[in-house]
Amino acid sequence: MSSTDLTNDVRLSSALNLTARSKPRFVQLLNDSFVIGWRNLLRVPRQIDWLIGVTIMPLMFLLMFRYIFAGTVQMTLPQGVSAVNYLVVGILLQGIVFSGMNTGYGLAMDAKEGLMDRFRSLPMQHLAVVLGRIVADMAIAIFSTVTTILVAFAVGFRPTANLGEWLAAIGIMGLTAFVFCWLGAVIGLALKTVEAVSSIGFSAIMPLTFISSAFISTDFLPSWLQGFAANQPFSLSVNATRGLLNGYPDVGNTAWLAVMWWLGTLVVVIPLTAWLFEKRGE
Amino acid sequence: MGYSGEYAVRATGLKKSYGETQALKGVDIHVKTGTVLGVLGPNGAGKTTAVRILTTLLQPDAGTAEVAGVDVLAHPDQARRVIGLSGQYAAVDEILTGRENLIMFGQLYGLPKSIAKARATELLAQFGLTAAGDRILKTYSGGMRRRLDLAASLIVAPPVLVLDEPTTGLDPRSRADMWQVIENLVSDGTTVLLTTQYLEEADRLANEIVVIDHGLVIAKGTADELKTQLGGERLDISVADGSNLAEVEQSLQQLASTWGIAGNEVLVEPHTRRFTVPYPAGAAGLMQAVRDLDSVGIHPTDFSLRRPTLDDVFLQLTGHAAEDMEGDGSYE
Ligand SMILES: Nc1ncnc2c1ncn2[C@@H]1O[C@H](COP(=O)(O)OP(=O)(O)OP(=O)(O)O)[C@@H](O)[C@H]1O
Ligand SMILES: [Mg+2]
Repeated sequence: MSSTDLTNDVRLSSALNLTARSKPRFVQLLNDSFVIGWRNLLRVPRQIDWLIGVTIMPLMFLLMFRYIFAGTVQMTLPQGVSAVNYLVVGILLQGIVFSGMNTGYGLAMDAKEGLMDRFRSLPMQHLAVVLGRIVADMAIAIFSTVTTILVAFAVGFRPTANLGEWLAAIGIMGLTAFVFCWLGAVIGLALKTVEAVSSIGFSAIMPLTFISSAFISTDFLPSWLQGFAANQPFSLSVNATRGLLNGYPDVGNTAWLAVMWWLGTLVVVIPLTAWLFEKRGE
Repeated sequence: MGYSGEYAVRATGLKKSYGETQALKGVDIHVKTGTVLGVLGPNGAGKTTAVRILTTLLQPDAGTAEVAGVDVLAHPDQARRVIGLSGQYAAVDEILTGRENLIMFGQLYGLPKSIAKARATELLAQFGLTAAGDRILKTYSGGMRRRLDLAASLIVAPPVLVLDEPTTGLDPRSRADMWQVIENLVSDGTTVLLTTQYLEEADRLANEIVVIDHGLVIAKGTADELKTQLGGERLDISVADGSNLAEVEQSLQQLASTWGIAGNEVLVEPHTRRFTVPYPAGAAGLMQAVRDLDSVGIHPTDFSLRRPTLDDVFLQLTGHAAEDMEGDGSYE
């Protein structure tokens, strides 16, 4: 290629660049998130061992709870409520919380590889680095959740939900996954290193899933934990999903309460993420 | 290539502290449009800190920075369009192919996918990576990865290019390739700011050099000016085991004074029994040096004449060796 060609082409590129960048911010954000999301998805089949790892973890929880604890949990439940149905919902939502940690891990990995600095030095919408990460992590969470549901059916999960209830339950689980991806992003950006995210981040989020109604009714927890466990938003998500899929307990307003909690969390967490991202260089 | 003002980079009074560490204590950096400025300094001098400030990655505590006429601190987003950055460590996706990396970065610059693809193909060719373009980066050598990283910073042909130690860790062959690439870019009109630990590299590429140490500019000028300041070549003289080093040092100091060299410029490294002294006559006077040494009773076991290194620059400019930079910087 002659240097004249290059110069012409460069002028063309620069011109196009300026045109493209005069689009509204929101359009840029969508475009950039799509580009980063696609990049993250391209990486998945090339890290197949990692994908197997994140898919297997909820399956292990499922099988262990199904065959080790289900009998005991059954004794805590009212007549006619299936422990398998009860536990599967808890395990699905725990898996969703853990998959949010992938977002933190992925961002810390990008920082480790120096890519974060490259992104920060580009005239792009920086929040897209996080949003694009979340797009990919949501896809992985869906894959892993569907796999878990299929295996759950094989080991005796028998939900009573109709189509509408399924859709509502999927909505709750999806929103929960989305929120935990953002929380994962905060953890990833705040802790900075891959090692810290996979140890500290994980330990920080783990209690939230156990001090909850995920695996046992909160009435059976120590009394000083009951208030928190019964009312924290993760429990609300679990209760709402359980109500929708299994008809126990009654959903009532729980689903709406969960939605309100999560939307409120997003209002705090999204700007916090943007702020953490911009001050990463310090 | 866009910018026609006199200085493509103009930074004054840059200060930055990390907690107790003062990484920059008031640094000025000016790069004339279309030229190359080399920022020379040892580990921890503050080179990367300065680079990160100029490329919007870091906020300085004080100072101003302007690149291609854009105020970097006030309009970071605009600045990002006129600066290409290739950082100290390659910042590319290890799990994507070279082509996928370039397409992704092109799209993030706002290019439509078709243009981003065409540009990726062009850049791969320009950097001799066409054959490797569809392999994932994990399979690249350090030199290839470094070239791809540079290619990624050239997608929109920015008028100003900032390179942080572009050849550290490369073998001599890859280093020469990288120098060639940089020279080509400069001849196409790009303004380049590069940092380096190698005097040789600054010498080859830079029109002007700024030497920084402990966050301060300690010298600046063209390579020739700095070298004149350094007093030319150095003689390394090793003496036999068991020699009386103090005696040899004294003789050497006397001899040096006849060459016009001050006594305190004679350096000794006791554990290797090696003396280093500036030798103004250079290669032409080599035989004379041997005779002179003989005449004062110094019989070297090893003897060589070499060009000054960064270490010598530091010895001369700061009175302490580059390795002693850490800690309080004092040199006993
Ligand atoms: N994020 C940070 N937190 C704390 N201290 C830092 C940080 N980054 C740099 N420093 C300190 O600031 C000083 C200057 O560092 P800088 O990275 O700018 O040096 P450099 O000239 O690029 O060195 P090198 O040749 O090793 O890359 C050093 O003392 C370093 O330890
Ligand atoms: Mg550095």
